[in-house]
Amino acid sequence: MTKFAMPEEIREGDTHVGRRMLRVEDRSLLRGEGQFVDDVPVKKGTLHAAFLRSPHGHAEIINIDTSRAEEMPGVFAVLTGREVAEQTNPMIVGFENPIDYYGMAVDKVRYVGEPVVAVAAVDRYRAEDALDLIEVTYNVLRAAVDPVEACEPEAPLIHPRADSNCVSKRNFVHGEPDKAFAEADRTTELTIRYPRNSITPMETYAVLSEPNAETGGFDVLSNFQGPFSVHTVMALALRIRTASLRHRSPKNSGGSFGSKLVIFPYIVVLCVLARKARRPVKWIEDRLEHLSASSVAPNRVTRVEAAYGNDGIVTGLRLTHWDDHGAYLRAPMPAPIYRMHGVSTNGYDIRNLAVTNHIVMTNKCPTGAVRGFGGPQLYFAVERMMHKIATELGIDPLELMRRNMVRADQFPYKAIAGALLDSGDYLRTIDETVTEGGLDALKKRRDEARAQGKLYGIGYAACVEPSQSNMGYISTLKTGLERERAGPKDGAVASVTVSVDALGSVNVIGDSVPQGQGHQTALSQIVADQLGLDPEEIVVSLDTDTSKDGWSIAAGNYSCRFAPASASAAHQAAFRVREKMARIAATRLNVPPGDVEFSGGRIHAANNPENAIPFYRVGGLAHWSPSSLPDDVEPGIRETAMWNAPELTPTTANDEINTSLAYGFGFDFCGVEIDRDTGVVRVDHYVSAHDCGTILNPGLAEGQIRGSWASAWGATFIEEFCYDDDGTFRSGSFAEYLVPTATELPDFQIVHPTPHPSPYTRLGAKGIAEGNQYTTPVCVANAVADALGIEDVQLPLKPAKVLRWIGGAEPPPSKGIQTNAPAQRNPSAIEVSGQMEVPAPPQEVWDLLLDPDRMARLIPGCERLVKTGDDRFNGTVMLGVGPVKGRFDVNIELAELDAPRRTTLTGTADGPLGSSRGQGSFVIEDSAAGSTVAYDVSVELSGKVAAVGGRMIKGAARQLIDRFMRALVRQAGGGGQAAPARHRSGFLAWLMRLVGGGR
Amino acid sequence: MKPAPFDYIRPDSVDEAIGVLGEYGDDARVIAGGQSLLPMLNMRLVRPEVLIDISRLDELKQLEKTGSGVRIGAGVTQGALAIWVGLEPDLPLIARALPNVGHFQTRNRGTVCGSICHADPSSELPLCLALLEGEVELRSDRGARRVPASDFQQGVLNTAREADELATNVVFPAASNGAAYAFDEFNHRHGDFAVVAVAARSEGARISLAVGGVADRPEVRHWTGLEGSAIDDALNDLAWELGGNDDIHATAQYRRQLVRHLGRKVIEETAR
Amino acid sequence: MKNLSRDSRHHVTFRLNGVTVEGFSEPRMLLSDFLRHEVGATGTHVGCEHGVCGACTILIDGTASRSCLMLAVQADGAEIDTIEGLANADGSFGILQQAFHENFALQCGFCTPGILMSLSEFLQDNPDPSVDEIKVALSGNVCRCTSYHEIINACIDAAAALRTSKAEAR
Repeated sequence: MTKFAMPEEIREGDTHVGRRMLRVEDRSLLRGEGQFVDDVPVKKGTLHAAFLRSPHGHAEIINIDTSRAEEMPGVFAVLTGREVAEQTNPMIVGFENPIDYYGMAVDKVRYVGEPVVAVAAVDRYRAEDALDLIEVTYNVLRAAVDPVEACEPEAPLIHPRADSNCVSKRNFVHGEPDKAFAEADRTTELTIRYPRNSITPMETYAVLSEPNAETGGFDVLSNFQGPFSVHTVMALALRIRTASLRHRSPKNSGGSFGSKLVIFPYIVVLCVLARKARRPVKWIEDRLEHLSASSVAPNRVTRVEAAYGNDGIVTGLRLTHWDDHGAYLRAPMPAPIYRMHGVSTNGYDIRNLAVTNHIVMTNKCPTGAVRGFGGPQLYFAVERMMHKIATELGIDPLELMRRNMVRADQFPYKAIAGALLDSGDYLRTIDETVTEGGLDALKKRRDEARAQGKLYGIGYAACVEPSQSNMGYISTLKTGLERERAGPKDGAVASVTVSVDALGSVNVIGDSVPQGQGHQTALSQIVADQLGLDPEEIVVSLDTDTSKDGWSIAAGNYSCRFAPASASAAHQAAFRVREKMARIAATRLNVPPGDVEFSGGRIHAANNPENAIPFYRVGGLAHWSPSSLPDDVEPGIRETAMWNAPELTPTTANDEINTSLAYGFGFDFCGVEIDRDTGVVRVDHYVSAHDCGTILNPGLAEGQIRGSWASAWGATFIEEFCYDDDGTFRSGSFAEYLVPTATELPDFQIVHPTPHPSPYTRLGAKGIAEGNQYTTPVCVANAVADALGIEDVQLPLKPAKVLRWIGGAEPPPSKGIQTNAPAQRNPSAIEVSGQMEVPAPPQEVWDLLLDPDRMARLIPGCERLVKTGDDRFNGTVMLGVGPVKGRFDVNIELAELDAPRRTTLTGTADGPLGSSRGQGSFVIEDSAAGSTVAYDVSVELSGKVAAVGGRMIKGAARQLIDRFMRALVRQAGGGGQAAPARHRSGFLAWLMRLVGGGR
Repeated sequence: MKPAPFDYIRPDSVDEAIGVLGEYGDDARVIAGGQSLLPMLNMRLVRPEVLIDISRLDELKQLEKTGSGVRIGAGVTQGALAIWVGLEPDLPLIARALPNVGHFQTRNRGTVCGSICHADPSSELPLCLALLEGEVELRSDRGARRVPASDFQQGVLNTAREADELATNVVFPAASNGAAYAFDEFNHRHGDFAVVAVAARSEGARISLAVGGVADRPEVRHWTGLEGSAIDDALNDLAWELGGNDDIHATAQYRRQLVRHLGRKVIEETAR
Repeated sequence: MKNLSRDSRHHVTFRLNGVTVEGFSEPRMLLSDFLRHEVGATGTHVGCEHGVCGACTILIDGTASRSCLMLAVQADGAEIDTIEGLANADGSFGILQQAFHENFALQCGFCTPGILMSLSEFLQDNPDPSVDEIKVALSGNVCRCTSYHEIINACIDAAAALRTSKAEAR
């Protein structure tokens, strides 16, 4: 396919906007001279932080012993969650709720990876050494993991002040959904389970915090991305004036995709830690921390019901969402579900809607923004439903979508839940995409493939792409009365400052906090057009400083804010500079200001280009000669635009909300082929079109489409954060949480449809960076549904799952084949059972099991074992396989003792590598050899090893149990060198083979 | 994510290395390429007292054809093997497997011996060693011994190497003229550890198949005179016998399916 | 025999982009940390510290390696090349940098240093690579902003430009 899908230039006249200008940012980045947080030089004496994190999904903290860590040389401060709770206020979210959140665990841990203790030491290595010296005692609790089950009364309650894990439930009725459902020809329903994922930026969280004695607050440098409304949250938590929290971001941020929004709890904790250490403290999140504990998109269960006519017209929609936000809500959560509220009906003209939102707490990593922000979950449900209705009616899904689409003559279109769809021609975009993308040929390809017996399907998906969020939408979560009490919230202010110095150099600063999108380049294009300059002459600085910049609460980089908002603000600021300079120049050119034009570095009379003054001269006049300026013109040239759109109004009394300002349109279709033998879904052909109005720079825009497609492909096929039912986290490394690499990603075709600029943004531009997050997962899912004729398509499309959908029973083994296939009772546990012959009578075996001194010799790696009570033992054991070893504190309790025949054993083992809980039963019977010991052991393992070693832990645990049993045989046999081979008959032989010891 | 402290010893000879290893035993870890060890050190899954760096020992960088096979020193990187002229003629199976071992950047430092000593049940090189019935040469102050592949890898990350022994070489038998070899694996992404990896060798009526990623170490089976559906039956029984585990990447059942599918594929390939 | 105690910092020196640099390192310090925080060469980035993401890839004695999977003390005496050494002598973009620039082959630029260094070695060994070969070569580097398509195009362009420049040099 071609190098660039977008035309080189998409512009009218001689403008820089619309030109594929190469990126300004590359000049430093490609030379290794970028400035990311960790590249910024720090003061001598700056400390480095590390966090001790919870190995459990849900547990009470019984005790924390930090004494040894505090005494360690090089350690300056050790901070517990309890101290943070004493020194800060809980971090607020947008509504009254029963959750006290301090950024660190207090009394309880609620997800694997939750910070429990923070350490500041001279370097990161020593900080991590200190973590090893901290001992935390937990009482493990039952976990709530599934969002629907978590709402049940019998589910373990995660927050003690709440009466349910569902901390917010709201019903919305728009139009007359009940009537629509009662009167419809047909109704249908579908349940969707959308997985947990994120886009894991390459640069992780980074914070540098320093106490500031002058303000009584803190100077912070971090890669926080906004919205800066959260600045208030941090200051309130720290109990300082907002002006005393100086936050700076450096010029580069290594991607975010939403995740760096919820870095702010760490900023608060780092401030407290720095205050305690009385030094600057820096924390660079490592990848394991990022994957387990930074931020993810909420997974969601949605029951979607539709009422529709025999003609395929959808008359009513009911959406019941269970949005899983993990252990805590962090502002602006639970925003994703509300950000999409206004467009709950997507691009369809559906006039009756009921929505029920459950905001659910579970024992998982708390959520945050992820590119697409609530859209993938919503549109997966709506677009799967459209496919289902088409299937039920036996009509083509695309035809069904067309019949229901908002028509061109309906714009601006007020959706039933409140979105004001600004512009577009959805049917035309679809037509153009279908033609250019070759849908007819694709259908033929499907027919041919099917004729050959292949599993081939075609999927479609459309999306309304919202951009620039209304800062008031989260208030939709409140009732009308609560909203009235709190006061109105709406708008979304963007700020850009353009200044011209005495030599005519142009400087631009802004609040867009880019993370690689090329904002410097695009802003230089916009300002250059206004001032008649070359973009190369304009210096754009987008590092931010809350103490110096113009900014408002909406500042930041999220929800496709740049193209509608920052671009408008830049346009407005530059326009004001232009007007001012025109007035100054007009006095020199002796023409009215309205007749002045800017081009080629000159300001000249419109009708006589010879009548001109150099641009820099006007700059010089403004700074060097205030006396020569027209009377009402202020000296200097510096204009700050605080741009807002009046269309962003507050939530109405009946819960209608124009959630965003501009709404682009995306349409995708694809063909997939599924391998019957392996379940691998291969994208055979994929076409994606985006109408985002005015395109500022086709190179940058295409980059956003391609990047979004890549991460959406990841979400569709391989990315998922996995938890066991007990809250154990399984996706703790980049070898477990898989992200796309160059070899997997297929090519796709971008169609550039006729653009429909937004009437509400100054340049007509809309966002484009999120569209494929919405369309791609469900487009592929619809194709899989088409190929397999199934309804329940769950992402990610891991081949093992797809193969199950294809069906067909597994062939049984021949008679007599002993299988090692697991027959799991508890899928999250490691289960080993068996029996073996021990050359000693039952009483001897029994005595051995109850004798701590002899047991200490029996348990591999046991360094100490003492009896702490009746049938209770405590010890220290070096456990591990091969080189992977760690010291564990082990507690064992025997119960149901029936000497010398039977006992059950429960135990825990805790150490830096993880925590495990297990139970087992031992039954001893007489046998010819002496005794037969039958054992049945089940072990659950959580923490680090479970998070990063999932591939191998079962095998490793079997090895350990086997080693123990072999030692038991040796001991019971008189402690001699009982040759293992002697005992490798029967089950033990099988077990030995299982663990690879047998030959 | 930084290693716990350790002393670093860089011996100047294999004898010195063995002496140090004899002194520290299980408290020491040997580092050659470090591509498996460093991630574990960084995660503090492994905390040696001493790290013994053998990566600069020229004695261990020998890569040579001996009478019966190819002898690869512990300092030979996977990347060096990949460009060795004898690879395709003498080790055609390795030539097929090697591009799947990590990525070229990790192969540039990662060693052949290191991968085999690491004993990951999904790794390609231990699988090949098992199928080809190669050997590992171990040396300690107590002497030298050669351990056949079938005895060397004992389970997950677990080998027959004693704590004071240095794996100095691995020996792969060279390809025999009448034999055909094939390799295949399934993974979600190129370069990842295999979900299931298979290697086959056929010579006359004898078929050998090695399977990785299903049991706790590579498992090898030999069949003679199998044809047609009997191959499928044998693979099915093998799949059941090995069982497999559920993890987040695949189910045990899926792994068994891959044994049947990929097993058939490589056996057919060797028959061509 | 070199025996470096865990409790001290030891002198480490190597050539970085042709210039001798030195510093002190504990045995356990990763080369990536040493480069960034002891030598001050922050162009090399750290993305995962377990060898998967490739952001920290540098050239050690001419071959691409993960600097997070190597100790600083192991690099003593080595020849190391990083992104800071890729530009031409006059400071202008080298061929690979220029190709990335023209193809919009980077966005946030965090993974870029590792990708550039990986491709530096790859293009040395593969002057005329196919798209599939490039994909395999790139598979050891994770980029989350682009779709790799842009990077593949840059690699194709860079290969062509390198071939031309070699032909001209002859």
